[in-house]
Amino acid sequence: MHDRTHPVSSSEPYPDYDVLKKWSGPSWNDKTRAVVARRLAIAPEPRFFTVPEFETVSAIAARILPQPANRSKVPVAALLDSKLHQGTRDGYRVAGMPRDGEAWRQGLKAIDAEAQLAYQRRFAEITEAEQDELLRQAEAGALTASEWGTMRSADFFKRRLLRDIVLAYYAHPTAWSEIGWGGPASPRGYVRLDFNERDPWEAAEAKPGAEDKAARINRHVR
Amino acid sequence: MSDDPLQSPRARDGHAPDVFRPGGWVPMKQYRDDEVVDFAIVGTGAGGGTLACKLAEYGFSVVAFDAGPYFRPLEDFASDESEQTKLYWTDDRIVDGANPLQLGSNNCGKAVGGSTVHFAMVSLRFRPEWFKARTLLGYGADWPLDWREMWDYYTEVEQALKISGPINYPWGPPRPRYPYRAHPLNAAARALAKGCDALGIKWTETPLATLSAPRGLAHPCVYRGFCVAGCSTNAKQSALVTWIPRALAAGAEIRDLAMVGRVEVSRTGLASGLHYHRDGAWHFQRAHNVVVAGYAIETPRLLFNSATDRFPEGLANSSGLLGKNLMAQSNQAVWGVMDDEIRSYKGPPSLAITEHWNYEDAGKDFFGGYAYMSQGPLPQLWANTQASAHGLWGARLVEEMKNYNHVVGLKIVGEMLPQERNCVSLTEEVDQYGLRIPRVTYSWCENDKRLIDHSLKFMSQALRAVDAKDIWFQTDDTCHLNGTARMGTDPASSVVNADCRSWDIPNLWICDGSVFPTVGGANPSLTIQAIACRTADRIRALARQGEITMWSSENV
Repeated sequence: MHDRTHPVSSSEPYPDYDVLKKWSGPSWNDKTRAVVARRLAIAPEPRFFTVPEFETVSAIAARILPQPANRSKVPVAALLDSKLHQGTRDGYRVAGMPRDGEAWRQGLKAIDAEAQLAYQRRFAEITEAEQDELLRQAEAGALTASEWGTMRSADFFKRRLLRDIVLAYYAHPTAWSEIGWGGPASPRGYVRLDFNERDPWEAAEAKPGAEDKAARINRHVR
Repeated sequence: MSDDPLQSPRARDGHAPDVFRPGGWVPMKQYRDDEVVDFAIVGTGAGGGTLACKLAEYGFSVVAFDAGPYFRPLEDFASDESEQTKLYWTDDRIVDGANPLQLGSNNCGKAVGGSTVHFAMVSLRFRPEWFKARTLLGYGADWPLDWREMWDYYTEVEQALKISGPINYPWGPPRPRYPYRAHPLNAAARALAKGCDALGIKWTETPLATLSAPRGLAHPCVYRGFCVAGCSTNAKQSALVTWIPRALAAGAEIRDLAMVGRVEVSRTGLASGLHYHRDGAWHFQRAHNVVVAGYAIETPRLLFNSATDRFPEGLANSSGLLGKNLMAQSNQAVWGVMDDEIRSYKGPPSLAITEHWNYEDAGKDFFGGYAYMSQGPLPQLWANTQASAHGLWGARLVEEMKNYNHVVGLKIVGEMLPQERNCVSLTEEVDQYGLRIPRVTYSWCENDKRLIDHSLKFMSQALRAVDAKDIWFQTDDTCHLNGTARMGTDPASSVVNADCRSWDIPNLWICDGSVFPTVGGANPSLTIQAIACRTADRIRALARQGEITMWSSENV
């Protein structure tokens, strides 16, 4: 058993672990490399969203998944834009909800309209505290501007906004490294499966007072 | 890297993909559209794939259609959750009711091999009493099948898939040894076992359809943990790598990227073939018999979309029950955090199971049962669970996700009761093929809620017993779909008979999870495959008796 303080501090539990260092090793097959390479090369400018829509999405994503300043950011809005541009969708929707892409356009229009109503500025221009407040109201289904149309703000928040942004962020290797996941594992899988067992190609967790040791191990994970 | 299986069909020109060799091919017999084949089968998953194999091996001419692509896992599957959503059925659908279902990932496949390409491989037998749930247990409906007969078919399927399982199964009547030994437990499974030991109930290694030893060209499981995103090493014994290669070898034809839109019924009131969309155009395949095996949403949808003046409410619907009694299974979970490192992403997600509450009737305030299993969610799934089920976003979500390697969870597969109000129907909207899209209506009943409450209480005790902290409940999740074309003994209260033959149209069959009258608290894939094996045997027996329309019964 290891002593761990709950809740965790906002430190890095897996210092210097980078899942991409396994790129050329036996954990990554060609198909995985091709898929992840496309994702890493994603264009920063939108193809599905308009520029103003993209600004709103970026502002929302920054509140849903705030990112530290000491590393390159996961391009959440660009990943989402790419998915919608390709037409990838969940395929099921509650009654009153448009299809994925249309739902996003309408939801963004409504969120900006709500920001104008409450603060006379667009969502991307209000303070972070104000943004959080608006998002909480959407989550609670308390936003009812006419721009929502047949879509309930709570449905948009939970079924599109939150879900799509979270899925985009955790599709990125930076997020995988952050949580200490082994990452792609084909054809090489894992051998040591029991409590507190770690294969040499997995992230080492920083134990209190031994952060340097974990970082040293992680720099050599391949 | 060869062609793109999502863009153009691979099974053509006399060959089909060899799933065991990158870029490889195996020979395939082909039929012309105007040839009247004995059986045209819609769907190639646990129902259709199994039946295609068995009927072809019995000498019938078979063409099996699938709307999805024909993958070679070794070259087409990435170790990547986002990429692998290509395995899911994500066509447009409306969900409603008091508890709208989530579709796609854990209950709808779109590929040759169907949902078995991404299923969690849990291969359980039903508790014998469930086949007579109404008579013996007082709820739901009786099956027209005898458990002793099903026991033999379960054995056949377990052998065909080389299920890996425990030496002695702790519940139910004796069963033969599993063909392959059980997999080692991961930490998540050990946590389940410790919890059961603490509470004084039995547990076991989960019987799984993934190899624990080599088999032919397939290697044993390497414990990647991507099972529900598609197995890229072929250890998973899906229909794609088991029944379908056998079907091809026996002379069946598979047509991939072939969406069936309508079953044709002639003036005589018999099925005459089906309309399918492939290569950008509609075609018509003639057939002596049509088998619909599209699972519990697409099966009723196709039969509704096949309505005629003679059958205005859809085919095989004289009972009015087509599309009704849809049953998901409850899939609630209890999650916590342990001081130990669990790293539950390693290995198949559910390596240990307890069926205690499937077999124990005392101490319940509800009908039915549930199993619960250890869990191993991959990051996207876990993050989405934390966000949508736990309500976390912002810094709290980012921080909680850093506990990923310490998370432990127990999740049920719980029985939900059949209700006529839970149903599949058609909307006025159309999909990319111009076909009306389905509406899936679902509401839990009081019994469903009581079962869920019982399971959450029990599993939280089990987690506390292993010193898990920060315990929380995932109260809304479902898995699997069954019941929209139930089998029975009375044409007035069922859609098909025990042989999966429709009461209304004798050469129209339904062979998938739709035929379940009840669902039990066990994953349905093994039972679907066992029913398909039984149906094949019944069809052969009926053909020999001259009771089936076909080209020639000389060979069967």
